[in-house]
Amino acid sequence: MSIRHGLLALLERGQMYGYQLRAAFEESTGSTWPLNIGQVYTTLSRLERDGLVRPLPESEAGQRPYEITDAGRADLALWFATPISRTDRPRDELAIKLALALTTPGVDVRSVVQAQRSATMRALQELTRLKYRSDRPEDLPWRLVLDSMVFQAEAEVRWLDHCETSLVRHQPGVPAPPAPRPGDADASDAARWADEEARR
Amino acid sequence: MSGADDAVLELRAVHRTHGAGPAAVHALRGVSLVVRPGELVAVMGPSGSGKSTLLALAGGLDRPTRGEVRVEGQPLGALDRRGLAQLRRRRIGYIFQQLNLLGSLSAVENVALPLELDGAGGRRARSAALAALAEVGLPALGDRFPDQLSGGQQQRVAIARALVGDRRLVLADEPTGALDSQTGEAVLHLLRRRVDAGAAGVLVTHEARHAGWADRVVFLRDGVLVDTTAPLGSVEQLLSGSDR
Repeated sequence: MSIRHGLLALLERGQMYGYQLRAAFEESTGSTWPLNIGQVYTTLSRLERDGLVRPLPESEAGQRPYEITDAGRADLALWFATPISRTDRPRDELAIKLALALTTPGVDVRSVVQAQRSATMRALQELTRLKYRSDRPEDLPWRLVLDSMVFQAEAEVRWLDHCETSLVRHQPGVPAPPAPRPGDADASDAARWADEEARR
Repeated sequence: MSGADDAVLELRAVHRTHGAGPAAVHALRGVSLVVRPGELVAVMGPSGSGKSTLLALAGGLDRPTRGEVRVEGQPLGALDRRGLAQLRRRRIGYIFQQLNLLGSLSAVENVALPLELDGAGGRRARSAALAALAEVGLPALGDRFPDQLSGGQQQRVAIARALVGDRRLVLADEPTGALDSQTGEAVLHLLRRRVDAGAAGVLVTHEARHAGWADRVVFLRDGVLVDTTAPLGSVEQLLSGSDR
């Protein structure tokens, strides 16, 4: 998401000045996305340049509120109507890391998987705790942001489980056990996996 | 294991083997675990990793082949069948995926049943059952029968039955079953609240989202505890680290 559209959405509620926008932005994302005031003003000036917002006269306190223009409303409506493309998101470092771990000598892929799973699980616990504490009706937008993070973390853990299962079946880079009997491969893999776990 | 004096549940190097000889299945191999008051521990692991065996041993529904299980300091192995049954009725609550509600009893009668089996008078059992139903958010539905309740409400009745009286150890095995995500979350909320009020809880689940409700998550693989999550840090730490 762009901060642009976040600010446009907030201005659709009514005119606001920079500090108000920053506070409202953080409130609606439950502070998961802290903004500094510099980012707010830079974005406002770009929005103004593009004709999507317009500045209003300064107040007596010296604050300059902004309001959304019709072009800004149209841009915002288009944003809400357009699904976020997956290709717009940054590449997943974890997936790349695991793919590289598989082909890099001397890396214990299962340890990488387990360390990540434990860390992601811990993040999930923290997110759940935040959710548990945010049960007022006005916390709903924030809870939904948290839910999104919870579901992403859950998906990551499921994917890691899947990776682990795949690793138990195919163990590239690990020396094969001496002459397994036909049909015995899965059982010996599982036993070796268990032995390694037990030694940890 | 030191410092387990206040443990509600303690597993000491517990083994559980089914069968013997070459066909023996080692469901648990030397598992140690301590759960204290106010602590909810989630147990995660793939199918066949020993999760349900661990829970059955913790609840005195099964006995270890080797090692010891203690509930509130009491070694379960030292109890006879009757003593064990009494401990299970009084101190341990079970929440299963299968609700096992009795269709011929009303909600409040279902919840009161363990207390009555334990010799409590009808009036006292009923009033404790009503309190438990209120705790799970069903104060007005006590006189309904299970088939007059929705799936989510039935699950709440089953939870009330698990929590009724003074249960200090609550054991849950995939308690959200086929419930939708909101209703399932409400179930975990109830479990969390009881634990926050001082009980100890063990939650067996294969869903990370559910395990997220726990204070600690332990991972079982092939009958061995292989990892545990670090203690929870501050909220600020989480938020600053969330933007990976």
